[in-house]
Amino acid sequence: MNRYENVLADSDSQVVSSNKVLKNTYLLLSATLGFSALMAMVSMAIGAPPMAYLVAVIAAMVLGIFVLPRTANSTSGIGVIFLITGLLGFGLGSVLTMYLSLPNGPQIIGTAFAGTGIIFLGLSGYALSSKRDFSFMGGFLFAGMMVVVLAMIGNIFLQMPALSLAVSAGIILLMSGFILFDTSRIVNGGETNYIMATYGLYLSIFNIFISLLQILGIMSDE
Amino acid sequence: MDWMKILAVVAGIMMLFVLWPAYKHWSASSPKAEKGDWQAVLLPLAAVVGLVVLLIMSVR
Repeated sequence: MNRYENVLADSDSQVVSSNKVLKNTYLLLSATLGFSALMAMVSMAIGAPPMAYLVAVIAAMVLGIFVLPRTANSTSGIGVIFLITGLLGFGLGSVLTMYLSLPNGPQIIGTAFAGTGIIFLGLSGYALSSKRDFSFMGGFLFAGMMVVVLAMIGNIFLQMPALSLAVSAGIILLMSGFILFDTSRIVNGGETNYIMATYGLYLSIFNIFISLLQILGIMSDE
Repeated sequence: MDWMKILAVVAGIMMLFVLWPAYKHWSASSPKAEKGDWQAVLLPLAAVVGLVVLLIMSVR
């Protein structure tokens, strides 16, 4: 086999590998989203208190930082990601219960759900069809996340609705950027672990949904 | 509930500790944007902004 054929074979095997990661990522993502929805329904049925959200997010964060990266290369990683997404779904249930008590709560939830779906499908489709490498955004996205987290910490004490709105808007834009970034990394072979890829995309979807709920809740004047 | 505020602040600080190495890694090793790259990002983000505005109008 000459050098040209070797290059072609390498390129083909990379495409096959990327497609496999992409397929596994979307399969696991749909399964985890379904499991989250189930846990949210359980949480709503038992009437979990609002603080369940904070506790669930912190527990999921600890698992995502300390446990998932160590188990992502084994089958136990699948159990860990279901645990994380289940916890987040359970926490989300308590937020949804709160929104359902608003007069137009069901409409807000439905709109946020539809909006999240359109944003995710639109951006994923764009990243997949354009085949661009969006990894140049990495530094910008993580810097933006740090600014948003600092603003969130500040707003815990300041309690300013305008800042809360700005933070939610910032999160939607950043998570949209992360969807492009993560999807292009899968397509271009930068991410080869489908469990970590699922985790990244799941967090983007979850954060967009929560932020949309908050923006629509504030802007609907309720 | 003060302890919830403290918990939220601790979670935020923990998040910063996780984000800092990721930021350092990506700002040092991410490729430089080429001509048209940022335009390719701003276009879909503008569409997201437009969609969010539409959603807000639909619930008002």
